[in-house]
Amino acid sequence: MSLLEIRNLSVEFATASGAFRAVDGVDVTVDQGDLMAIVGESGSGKSVSMLALMGLLPWTATITADVMTFDGRNLQKISPRARRQIVGRDISMIFQEPMSSLNPCFTVGFQIKESLRLHTDLTRRQRHDRAVELMTLVGIPAPEKRLSAFPHQLSGGMSQRAMIAMALACRPKLLIADEPTTALDVTIQAQILELLIELQETTGMALILITHDMGVVAETVQRVSVQYAGQRVEEQPVTDLFENPHHPYTAALLAALPERATERHLPTIPGVVPGQFDRPQGCLFSPRCRFADARCRAEVPVRANAGMGFALCHYPLDKGVPQPRKDTA
Amino acid sequence: MTAPILQAEDLTRHYEIKAGFGKHAVVRALNGASFELTPGRTLAVVGESGCGKSTLARVVTMIEPPSGGAMRIGGNPIGAEGASRDRALRAMVQIVFQDPYGSLNPRQTIGQTLMEPLKLNRPEVSSAEREQRARDMLGMVGLRPEHFDRYPHMFSGGQRQRVAVARALMLDPKILVLDEPVSALDLSIQSQILNLLVDLQERLELAYLFISHDLSVVRHFADEVMVMYLGRPVEQGPKEDVFTNPRHPYTRALLSATPMADPRRKRNRIKLEGELPSPMSVPEGCPFNPRCWKATEACRKNFPDISGNTHRYACFHPVEPGEDGHPGAG
Repeated sequence: MSLLEIRNLSVEFATASGAFRAVDGVDVTVDQGDLMAIVGESGSGKSVSMLALMGLLPWTATITADVMTFDGRNLQKISPRARRQIVGRDISMIFQEPMSSLNPCFTVGFQIKESLRLHTDLTRRQRHDRAVELMTLVGIPAPEKRLSAFPHQLSGGMSQRAMIAMALACRPKLLIADEPTTALDVTIQAQILELLIELQETTGMALILITHDMGVVAETVQRVSVQYAGQRVEEQPVTDLFENPHHPYTAALLAALPERATERHLPTIPGVVPGQFDRPQGCLFSPRCRFADARCRAEVPVRANAGMGFALCHYPLDKGVPQPRKDTA
Repeated sequence: MTAPILQAEDLTRHYEIKAGFGKHAVVRALNGASFELTPGRTLAVVGESGCGKSTLARVVTMIEPPSGGAMRIGGNPIGAEGASRDRALRAMVQIVFQDPYGSLNPRQTIGQTLMEPLKLNRPEVSSAEREQRARDMLGMVGLRPEHFDRYPHMFSGGQRQRVAVARALMLDPKILVLDEPVSALDLSIQSQILNLLVDLQERLELAYLFISHDLSVVRHFADEVMVMYLGRPVEQGPKEDVFTNPRHPYTRALLSATPMADPRRKRNRIKLEGELPSPMSVPEGCPFNPRCWKATEACRKNFPDISGNTHRYACFHPVEPGEDGHPGAG
């Protein structure tokens, strides 16, 4: 049985100008020890879907899902109190801006020990020892001393390490890292990514990496789910995705990478991600897709099978060529 | 080859800050940068935060005067007092900032935003002509005429960056400083803006100073590269030389740390120990020595000057071509 199973998750925000669907029928399956990435541009709903799982969305959000289970427990049925026992202990999350996710009024040590205090029955002494152990684990030098440091006394890289220590405090089964290195310099990014992979391997936890950086995806994870305008448009093992993308959006995105450029002009994707008022009929990518025809613009596509990367497309690509659909998975 | 439009020699910018208890400290934000900008070509400046690349942008745009060194634009020297009195000279260098959400005035329409530089710097131009020029510029950067009367909030990030580019071009500059122009944009929009910049450069013979931390963008876009560390250029030269044959250990580490979108690539990452030292307490000797795996006694004592002809680097123990990183790589 999978560790995390989400079927047909949708999130709608009530806005002054009507409902806005940020996540539209997304499926996520994560097994124990899985290492996967959710990639997408801004507005693709990658963060919102994970925040919905964590129960961190504001009251304006309406969350619906057919299935939402974690470790055998139905997250939709349990009480908020029971849910809070899972979140922070078995599922934890780190965010993009380490500087603004730490509370500036408390020491790093206090903030790490807080989750131990809430979720475990360790004594004060044991909590302190565990905090030192965690700080050592994430590679913070002089951990005893740094526990009494305030967030403003740490650099960006060190703050992110402290955030990771906090997230790992209760030995989570699933760690969600939302753009953990976007605000960091490349040499520090390399250190943090390496740390996350190493921790994932040694602790056996599952890791979901949310990112927009194709380079980070290629070097870090095993499986990739691509999201566009709130929908999951493709999911494949990482090497296959980069070699043979099946959804035209993935293909266009990879072609737009400067490092894959063969000439001075980069291939572009015309237009922009649809917003609240200009959501197209049929396939959401059709206005920007170079393969789109009348059917794409009128009919909502059905998901392809695993062999075609679960592509949400009428004519999924194979080696860059659109294929007529033989299946309806 | 065309003559350079901007020559900078040993450009320096120091800040004096209060260090408490009446003491003063000097931050050497930019130290000894020498380079040239040529019409139709792009010099990329890369480095991590605190390396002085934004200070360099401020000095080149004459927002701040240099503390030392010499800079000549179109043959005219820019003294220590900057070019505050010379509007014509300042109009030759324009800048595009990173964040298109913060750099446009939300209370001005796009038209007003574009006309303002003309209003201030070319008072002799009639209002009708001003408007015409602004409308022409909209077309040049790929915006539609009806965008003229709209406000910035009605635009996406990519369109706003087009507006920022258009505004920078209103005074017919010769040099455009691009301070991380695409790093706030999504991948699919990034390529549109990069293509626009390529077209404009060809059409208007602009010299670009392209500041970026994204090495894959730099590799695609630049002609020449300058790598900076703690306020100093550590390696500079033609793009191909620097990327295929990096000589300074820092350049090498930076390149190996950049994630590549190729899952099959053999990962041979050089893991740098530690973090950037504060620019207030730059290490003695070579500034990179505490993090360098090749550092010797000489590196800790003496400062390596940058040397070489076209491909210049500041290191006592440059990485040899084909040398396999450092022992910890793998």
